[in-house]
Amino acid sequence: MSVASASATRRFHRPAWMTAPVVLGAVIVVFWVFTLFTVHWWAPYDPTMLAGQRFSPPGWTNWLGTDALGRDILSRSLYGVRQSLPIAVAVIGCSVMVGVVLGALAGYLGGLIDEVIMRAVDVTLSFPPILLAMAVTASLGPGLRNAAIAMVIVWWPIYARLMRAQVLAVREREHVEAAVASGARPARILFKHILPLCWSPIIVNATMDFGQIVLLAASLSFIGLGAVPPTPEWGQMISEGALHFYRWWIAAGPGIAILSIVLAFNFLGDGLRDMLDPRSK
Amino acid sequence: MSEGSLLSISGLTVSFAGRAGGRLTAVRGVTVEVAPGEVLGLVGESGCGKSATMMAVMNLLPDSASIGGSVRFRGEELVGRSEKFLRGIRGKRIGMIFQDPMTTLNPLLTVGEQIAEGIRIHDRTVTSRQAMERAVGLLETVSIPSPRQRAAQYPHEFSGGMRQRVVIAMAIANDPELLIADEPTTALDVTIQAQIMELLQRLCAERRMGLVLVTHDLGVVAGAAHNMAVMYAGRIVDYGPVDAILTRSRHPYTRALLGSQPRVDRRVEQLDAIAGAPPSLAAIPAGCAFHPRCGMAVDRCRTEQPADRDFGVERVACHRAEQVEKHFRVREGVS
Repeated sequence: MSVASASATRRFHRPAWMTAPVVLGAVIVVFWVFTLFTVHWWAPYDPTMLAGQRFSPPGWTNWLGTDALGRDILSRSLYGVRQSLPIAVAVIGCSVMVGVVLGALAGYLGGLIDEVIMRAVDVTLSFPPILLAMAVTASLGPGLRNAAIAMVIVWWPIYARLMRAQVLAVREREHVEAAVASGARPARILFKHILPLCWSPIIVNATMDFGQIVLLAASLSFIGLGAVPPTPEWGQMISEGALHFYRWWIAAGPGIAILSIVLAFNFLGDGLRDMLDPRSK
Repeated sequence: MSEGSLLSISGLTVSFAGRAGGRLTAVRGVTVEVAPGEVLGLVGESGCGKSATMMAVMNLLPDSASIGGSVRFRGEELVGRSEKFLRGIRGKRIGMIFQDPMTTLNPLLTVGEQIAEGIRIHDRTVTSRQAMERAVGLLETVSIPSPRQRAAQYPHEFSGGMRQRVVIAMAIANDPELLIADEPTTALDVTIQAQIMELLQRLCAERRMGLVLVTHDLGVVAGAAHNMAVMYAGRIVDYGPVDAILTRSRHPYTRALLGSQPRVDRRVEQLDAIAGAPPSLAAIPAGCAFHPRCGMAVDRCRTEQPADRDFGVERVACHRAEQVEKHFRVREGVS
């Protein structure tokens, strides 16, 4: 207790979790979110229209160069966030929902239900995520929506497992026993005394997973299972770049975009973890 | 079994499913009674089954436990009743106070919300505002200063003693007839202990609540309880009014426990520890469970389990109860 209150006073000026990487991560995420909503007002060119010569290297007219069709890579990279971020939000959101519900049920009810859910989790997690996502997308047909569904199928078990572990730990806490002793029903105990205490690792993991999902979505597009041309999508742009290997700038723009967003969410997740669990350091 | 008894436990057994299909018996036939307004001290070393006994009353034990015998609350049997029935009793007619106030409160609910929740669980006609009003009143009852402001605070903003007051407020929120306090002061400073005990005693007297005080602290029992029961290896070995037991117990274990306590009225160079350790549940000695550690044990103690015997107000399970007085007088004279 004394440790926590000591850090609380220190937090008055600069919270301990607010390190340079966390601030950088937050700035980058804010930038991308801002771009997501406003890019059509300030992007230099329309992402699907000709914006100059084919294959022109970075220069004054096209800061990050143009691609094989003469489209502006900077504009396409900026517009790319309109594919990646909403997909990541949707995939993480759905995965968390499914995973949390199933994980909580498994942890709280135990027995056969636990066994069935956790074996499904084990089976899913035993595949490399990209492989399973590829297989599912391929069977559903290419396209961003199907890729998103595939990613949810690959990703929910992570949260189910996390949630189950949390529920198992929290249900042994004394305040849960006290709630039982006060005559509370099982549903009330689960929703009021167990679940609210289980969120912090889920939040931290979900934040970090944003980056992973952006990457996975780009990977699926890269191999042609995600976004369909001419949609500006990072993975797909990189795969175009791979066709023209010596024109490095074609892949550089979307590459930097992916790098920045993955890094930013990792930094942010680290900061969140320090903030939500001061003891983890 | 007297008419006026509030809680009457008889022949209660509790056993847990152990590894390799075996069963570990934690409570081996406990018989004890609590009258309204009575404070019963249930004492014993760690692992003697005192907590298991009281948890069995409301069936708060894990699923691996099985409970036998009978627990009657106002004449109504509690053993083997449905969860639904027990939920109506828990927190409503029997309140429970746990050992560690630091962990008994939900950290994410304000203190007022937690007390109010306990009220609304048992009476859905109470609005949340009314429940909150009652919660504030309860905080006042347990002597928390500026209760209205405190009700809006979270548990981490309270000190240990204050939290235990909150826990007590939750336990008495629905005017229970019986309170079970499982080591309510163990986690607290000695000065706070005294305040909490005073509060519990006052509440019991005012509301004619029965109180079962589970503890290993003889000092707490001496100060607060009317009757006391001494448990050893899952049985009550010595039971009677506190004064009688503390001054002239007829059980060598009780005597030994008292001998291991420091005293203010006499200079003691070295406390008499009881040799050995309490038996593990898996290997309870034959005969009297205490015989390996008992200075008075004879052959009969090793083979025959002593029955409960009444000596006036005291109930003792010892073959040699008659000789205890003399034995310990002699020993004290020597030292």
